[in-house]
Amino acid sequence: MKILVAVKRVLDYNVKARVNSEGTGIDLANVKMSMNPFDEIAVEEALRIKEAGKADEVIAVSMGVSQSQETIRTALAMGADRGILVETDAELQPLAVAKLLAAIAAREEPGLVIVGKQAIDDDSNQTGQMFAALMDWPQATFASSVEIDGEQMKISREVDGGMESLSMSLPALITTDLRLNEPRYAKLPNIMKAKKKPLDVMSPEDLEVDISSRLKTLKVEEPEQRKAGEIVGSVAELVDKLKNEAKVI
Amino acid sequence: MKYEVEHPEIRENVAKLCADFPGEYWRKCDREQAYPTEFVQALTEAGFLGVLIPEEYGGSGLPISAACAILEEVHRNGCNAAACHAQMYTMGTVLRHGSEEQKQRYLPGIADGSLRLQAFGVTEPTSGTDTTALRTTARLEGDQYRVNGQKIWTSRAEHSDLMLLLCRTTPRDQVAKKTDGLSVMLVDMREVRGKSLTIRPIRTMMNHATTEVFFDDMPVPKDSLIGEEGKGFRYILSGMNAERILISAECVGDAKWFIEKAAAYAGERSVFNRPIGQNQGIQFPIAQAYSQMRSSELMLREAIRLYEMGENPGEEANLAKMQCADASWAAAEACVQTHGGFGFAEEYDIERKFREARLYQVAPISTNLILSYVAEHVLGLPRSY
Ligand SMILES: Cc1cc2nc3c(=O)[nH]c(=O)nc-3n(C[C@H](O)[C@H](O)[C@H](O)COP(=O)(O)OP(=O)(O)OC[C@H]3O[C@@H](n4cnc5c(N)ncnc54)[C@H](O)[C@@H]3O)c2cc1C
Repeated sequence: MKILVAVKRVLDYNVKARVNSEGTGIDLANVKMSMNPFDEIAVEEALRIKEAGKADEVIAVSMGVSQSQETIRTALAMGADRGILVETDAELQPLAVAKLLAAIAAREEPGLVIVGKQAIDDDSNQTGQMFAALMDWPQATFASSVEIDGEQMKISREVDGGMESLSMSLPALITTDLRLNEPRYAKLPNIMKAKKKPLDVMSPEDLEVDISSRLKTLKVEEPEQRKAGEIVGSVAELVDKLKNEAKVI
Repeated sequence: MKYEVEHPEIRENVAKLCADFPGEYWRKCDREQAYPTEFVQALTEAGFLGVLIPEEYGGSGLPISAACAILEEVHRNGCNAAACHAQMYTMGTVLRHGSEEQKQRYLPGIADGSLRLQAFGVTEPTSGTDTTALRTTARLEGDQYRVNGQKIWTSRAEHSDLMLLLCRTTPRDQVAKKTDGLSVMLVDMREVRGKSLTIRPIRTMMNHATTEVFFDDMPVPKDSLIGEEGKGFRYILSGMNAERILISAECVGDAKWFIEKAAAYAGERSVFNRPIGQNQGIQFPIAQAYSQMRSSELMLREAIRLYEMGENPGEEANLAKMQCADASWAAAEACVQTHGGFGFAEEYDIERKFREARLYQVAPISTNLILSYVAEHVLGLPRSY
């Protein structure tokens, strides 16, 4: 069985995001970019499934600018076998990514596709679901444990108020939650090997996918600065301020 | 071979590992003077400490620029490699001068971290920088040596299985040159510790796991001798360039950390209704530190380039060590000054890094001795000591 894992290049989670001067998006010039943390979890899960003898190949796929190759190399250094980049400078919305992923799935015929539940840049939380719909596959989102048994898999997912257990048949899609696993550190020998692993680059046209946007971003703004708090001396003072200054009680 | 100094993929992965060891981890270790066991284990398991060991012995067999990338990145990300950098390079003496049997016996374990060789016993209390005057002796009795004497500043001895030991096997008055008659042996401390070997930690101004070590008729099997008896001083010297280069990389990493912190704070901190970084009195020392860091980094690259071409970059490695250590110290100073009072608060990690950066003016070789080297070996002036 092949496993397809989608990995996205995003602003590093440690970097403070700043809106660009035109107010059209986030300023990405000279800032650190990394693999979306949920995608790292996806790669890790795919590798664990392979190491347990339940898959033979893990393919890391990314869509976006040419530098996304670095993100794919990161997945290869963790242990993925090969990579595919659909290269484009165009803005990619979840539907376009889902369609590209579906086109690749049609070629590669994976038994399982794992993606992060969301990317930490736009927090859309849509790609996995759209992909499953396009493929007409079963899906389990926000997986916090995954167990494969032959053609069947069992998934637990975190829902409000507890855990939900699902079972579904392969091929299927899962999206990863934070607590699914702890991604490994890439080992130095694998980092070096990753440089030699195959990485195919193709374009959306090669896959005959229409990636045009359906949504338009009108404006991006910084959230309003939080004002400094105030330390009150007593409960009475607090109540007074809530009543007369903040006017919330 | 393609000359490659950047190794971006290595840097990225080291940075990722370091992100899991934030300031609070190091502050806790520092407060308790505790060994950063988890950090060292993570670096070990990821194979970074086996970077220089040839592939045939289980390492990655990469050039020294790769090791520099790892160490620089560790320091640049606010961590400290001093607890384990020696695991990377102490084995160099075994690799270059050991027998095939010794390499087979030790290197694979060192590469995978199951065997730790990160203690290096050279300095002694009475001889200091004057290495050939060291007094620890080893005398051959049958098939083993008996070692007597004392070392000081033997870092990481408590966290190492093996120690590379330099000691005198022929008394100084019986050799033609004082550099003769010294030998290097690989002591398996696991067998003698608590018996004929005593290790005492020394508390220092930074968390460094350094110790003093006492040998009381310590038995060392004869086959632990590296290379030929009496030639040990040369073997140690041959590893100096690598050590200088690697320490330089750590200093560059520290300098970058200080500069990034200083520039960020200067832009954020507002006093008199404007960022302090708008004042040239604040900007200039940071810009100066940056300039110094960049030129020291170039000297380091030159040392790396020559080293990787198989030359003997004694001059460049020494100059790099001095300039990089000076650059990190200047950056440390600028960083503390930029932060004003907050530079002294533990929470900012700056005072800790400041204490840590100071070491490299003295160890593993002090600035004066580098200047003496340059005066004598590069400028042809009379030897001053
Ligand atoms: C934290 C720490 C860790 C260390 N780890 C190790 C280790 O793992 N293994 C090991 O073997 N050693 C280690 N050292 C020892 C270190 O290499 C020595 O401290 C250093 O070489 C200086 O030797 P010394 O302390 O005896 O100083 P001394 O030789 O007594 O020198 C004192 C001062 O005098 C100056 N000086 C001496 N001679 C001259 C001269 N001829 N001309 C001009 N100036 C001179 C020196 O530059 C220095 O500033 C460590 C030291 C420290 C502090």
